[in-house]
Amino acid sequence: MGVWVSFFAVIVLIVIPWVGAQGAGQYLFGIVIPYVAVLVFILGFVYRATKWAKTPVPFKIPTTGGQMKSLPWIKSNPLDNPSNNAGVIARMALEVLAFRSLFRNSKLELREGPKLDYASNKWLWIAALAFHYTFLVVFIRHFRLFMEPVPGFVGLLESVDGFMEVGLPRLMMSSLILLLAALYLFLRRVAVPQLRYISLAADYFPLFLIIGLVSSGILMRYFIRVDITSVKELIMGLVSFRPTVPEGIGVIFFIHLFLLSVLIAYFPFSKLMHAGGVFFSPTRNLPNDNRVKRHINPWNYPVKVHTYSEYEDDFREKMKEVGLPVEKE
Amino acid sequence: MAKVGSPEELARIDYSPPKKSWMDIPPEFREGRWCYGSKAKDHAVVGLPNPRAWSPADEDWKLPDNWKEIFLEGMRERLHKYRSFQLFMDICVRCGACADKCHFFIGSGDPKNMPVLRAELLRSIYRGEFTTAGKIMGKLAGGRKLTYDVFKELFYYFFQCTECRRCSLFCPYGIDTAEVTMIGRELLNLLGCNIDWITGPVANCYRTGNHLGIQPHAYHSMLEFFCEEIEEITGILPEPSFNRKGAEILFITPSGDVFADPGTFTAMGYIMLFHYLEGLGLDLTWSTYASEGGNFGFFTSHEMAKRLNAKMYAEAERLGVKFIIGGECGHMWRVCNQYMDTFWEPPKSLETPVSPITGTRFEHAKEHKMIHICEFTADLIKHGKLNLDPSRNDPYRVTFHDSCNTARGMGFFEEPRYVLENIVNHFHEMPESTIREQTFCCGSGSGLNTDEFMDMRMRGALPRANAVQYVHDRHDVNLLSCICAIDRATLTTLTEYWVPDVEVSGVHELLGNALILEGEKKRTMNLRGEEFPWVEEEEEEEVEEAAEEVADEEAAGKAEGEE
Repeated sequence: MGVWVSFFAVIVLIVIPWVGAQGAGQYLFGIVIPYVAVLVFILGFVYRATKWAKTPVPFKIPTTGGQMKSLPWIKSNPLDNPSNNAGVIARMALEVLAFRSLFRNSKLELREGPKLDYASNKWLWIAALAFHYTFLVVFIRHFRLFMEPVPGFVGLLESVDGFMEVGLPRLMMSSLILLLAALYLFLRRVAVPQLRYISLAADYFPLFLIIGLVSSGILMRYFIRVDITSVKELIMGLVSFRPTVPEGIGVIFFIHLFLLSVLIAYFPFSKLMHAGGVFFSPTRNLPNDNRVKRHINPWNYPVKVHTYSEYEDDFREKMKEVGLPVEKE
Repeated sequence: MAKVGSPEELARIDYSPPKKSWMDIPPEFREGRWCYGSKAKDHAVVGLPNPRAWSPADEDWKLPDNWKEIFLEGMRERLHKYRSFQLFMDICVRCGACADKCHFFIGSGDPKNMPVLRAELLRSIYRGEFTTAGKIMGKLAGGRKLTYDVFKELFYYFFQCTECRRCSLFCPYGIDTAEVTMIGRELLNLLGCNIDWITGPVANCYRTGNHLGIQPHAYHSMLEFFCEEIEEITGILPEPSFNRKGAEILFITPSGDVFADPGTFTAMGYIMLFHYLEGLGLDLTWSTYASEGGNFGFFTSHEMAKRLNAKMYAEAERLGVKFIIGGECGHMWRVCNQYMDTFWEPPKSLETPVSPITGTRFEHAKEHKMIHICEFTADLIKHGKLNLDPSRNDPYRVTFHDSCNTARGMGFFEEPRYVLENIVNHFHEMPESTIREQTFCCGSGSGLNTDEFMDMRMRGALPRANAVQYVHDRHDVNLLSCICAIDRATLTTLTEYWVPDVEVSGVHELLGNALILEGEKKRTMNLRGEEFPWVEEEEEEEVEEAAEEVADEEAAGKAEGEE
C-alpha cells in the first residue's frame, strides 16, 4: 500500500506546479514556497537536533567493535573501540564519511545440513555511498546558480563530472549515478521480501521524491531546455533577498524547484533526519573509557538497596554456625 | 520442558514473510517461545508493581484499569530521559542491514525477530501516540495505537531478544536493539509483566546476595566442598576466606559458578589460582553478601540493575579492600564496565588496582577499581608467574566463544585468548563472522535461559552451534570454552542438542588443569574427575615394566643358580 500511496503523492506533487506555476502562480512557486521550505527546514532541523541534544545520555554505552585499550602489551583497536575523543572523532568520521558499519554487512544463507554461510554483501554499502556522494556533487554543481562569480571548484568539479564528454550539454555522471542509485534503493525495497515487509510509505516517499527531483533536473538540462540565465536571475534574487521572477522560465523548472522545496520542508520531520541523528548516536559517539573516567548520569537518583546489616540480620545465626565473621554478635 | 522437535525439523526455516502486514497479525504465543510469568511473591520482595497470579497464556493479564496511561506515561518519561531511546525511535531508515544479523531471526524466520521490526513494534506506538503525523495518518505514517494485543505482542518479542547487540554493530546509525528491548521491558515491568526466570533470581539476589538464593552458610559449604574435590585431585586443600575485613582484594563471581556443572569446575579453577598465589602474596577474600557477579536486575530495569549492583562497591568498602576482581561472566561485565561507576561513585577507600604479584598497575581501571580475572591472569602469565603444564589439557581440542556482553559491551577479546594460548595446546578459532565483535549469542542470554523457552533457545542457538559444528568437523574440536556463567549453562544445552560431542568449559577450569601447585601429587585426572587417557597407558606400562623387572630378576636368579 505504502508504495502506491507514495507514488501517487509524488505524481500529485508534480501536477501541482505544472498547473499552478502560470502567471502570478510563478511568484508562489518561485518565491514564496522556496522561502517557506527553507525556513521550515532550518527551524525543523534545529528543533529536532536541539531536542536530541537536550535529552540526557544517562549511560556511556558504545558498541565496541574491537579490542579495548587495556594492558599495554595488548594491541587495542582505537577505531572500533575508541578510548578517547580522538578515537571517537575518527570512528565517527569513518561512520559518516565511509559508512563503516554498513561496510561490515553480510548476507546470510541457510543451506542443507543445516549449514549457515555469511557471504560478504557490499551492494547496499556501494549504493548508499554512490547515492549520498553523487547527491553532494550535484548539490555543489548547483552553486553555479547560487554564486556570482562562480567559484573555481565548481568548474573543476564539472569538468571531472563530465569527463566522459558524452552528449551536449555534456552528460554529468553524478546525475546519472544518483538516479541509478535511487532506483536501486527503491528496487531492493520491493524485490527483497523482508525489506518489502518492513517498508513504510515513509520509506518510499522520499525515494520517489528524489527520483522525481533528479529526473526533472535531467529533463531540464538535456531535453526540455529552459533559459538558464533567467533561472540564475531568479535564484540569485532568492539568495540576495531581492526576489524576482523573470519572464519565460519553463514550467519544468518550477516542477524541479517545487519537488526540492517539498523535500527540504519534509526533511526535518522524516527519517531523512538520520543525517543529523547519526552524530548523536550514543553507541558510536562515546569512548569506551568508563573504567578510566566516571560518566555522570544527570538524573541519577537514590534507590532502595538491601544493605549488609539487613543481610546479616537475616542470616546471622547461620553465618556464625559455619564461622563466618559477623559485625554484631 | 517444552517439546522441541529434532534438529532436522528445527533447521527447516521459512524466511518468507506472511502476506498480511505485520500490524494486522496479532501475537500468537507459540509453545516453547515464551517464558512463564513473574510470581507475586517475587514482586513483593523487591516491590515490583502489580503482584498477582497470572500467565502470559491467559486471556486476561490482570492489568490495572489505567494500564494504557501508565505505559504511555512511562514511555514519555523515558523518551525524555534516554537520548538513545528518543533517537532510536526517530532515525531508523529501515535499510534492513540488521535483519539477518539476529540469531532469533536466523533460527526462527519470524519477521518480527528482525531487529528492525522488533524495534518497529515500539516505534509504531511512538509514531501513533506521540507524533503528529502518526496521530493523523495512522498506519500510513507507520503509526498504531497501543492496544491489549499490541501490549501482548511487545511482551512476546521483547522476551525473544537477548540484548546481545549484534544488530547494533551492523547498523549504520548504531541503533541498538538492546536499548529498545531494555526500555521495552521496563515499560512491561511498570504493569507487572516480567518473566519468572528473571524476577525469581532478582528477588533471590536482593535477599540472599545471589540469584540462586544460596544462603551464606550454604555458599560457604559449597566452596568448602570444591576445596575437598581439589584436595582429591591435587592432594592440596585450599582454604579460601569469606567476608574477611582487611583483605586487599574482593573477588566477585556469578553464583552460577558455585551452583552447577560445568561452572563449578571454573570456580575450582579460581580457588586453585588464588591458593597458588597466596604463597606469592595474594590477599583475597570472597563474600557471601556480594556473592553474585551477574545482575538479572539489568534484564528488568535500569533501576533494578542499580539496586542489585549496589552490593559490589558497598561490600568492597565495608571490608576495606583496595580493589575488586570480577569472575568470568558476560552481562556482569557489561554492567560493571558500562554502568557500575555511573550508578555509584566508587568508594574513596578503593585504589587503582595493582597486581600484588607482578606490580602491574591496571591504569585502564583506575577510576572503576575493578579488573577482570582474565586480565589479572593474563598479566600473571605474561610475567611468568604461573607454573603451567598445558599438556594436561591435551585431551581437549578447544575453541572459544566470545560472550556478547564482553564482546560488544567492552571489547574484551585478547585477554582470554592469551590465557588460553598458554594453557592448551590445541586451539582453533571458529569462522570470523561468528567470533569477537561479530560473535553470536548462545541464544539464551538476558534471562531467557529457562526450560519452557527451549524451542526458541535452540533456534537462537543455531548460528553459534553451526560455527561450533564447523570447527568440530574440521579440527575435531571437542571443547567450547567461554568466559560467561550463563554460557556455561546454556551452551551445554546447545551442544547437547546441535553438536553432541562437544563439551563446555570456562577458561579458568582449563587454567586449574594446567596450573602446577607447589607440592601437589601427580595428577591423574582433570577438574571434572575424569582420568587422563594416558594414565591407564602409563599404569599398563608400569605394570609391564614391573613384570619385566620381575622376569629379569628371575632370569638373573636362574643364571646365578646355573653358575
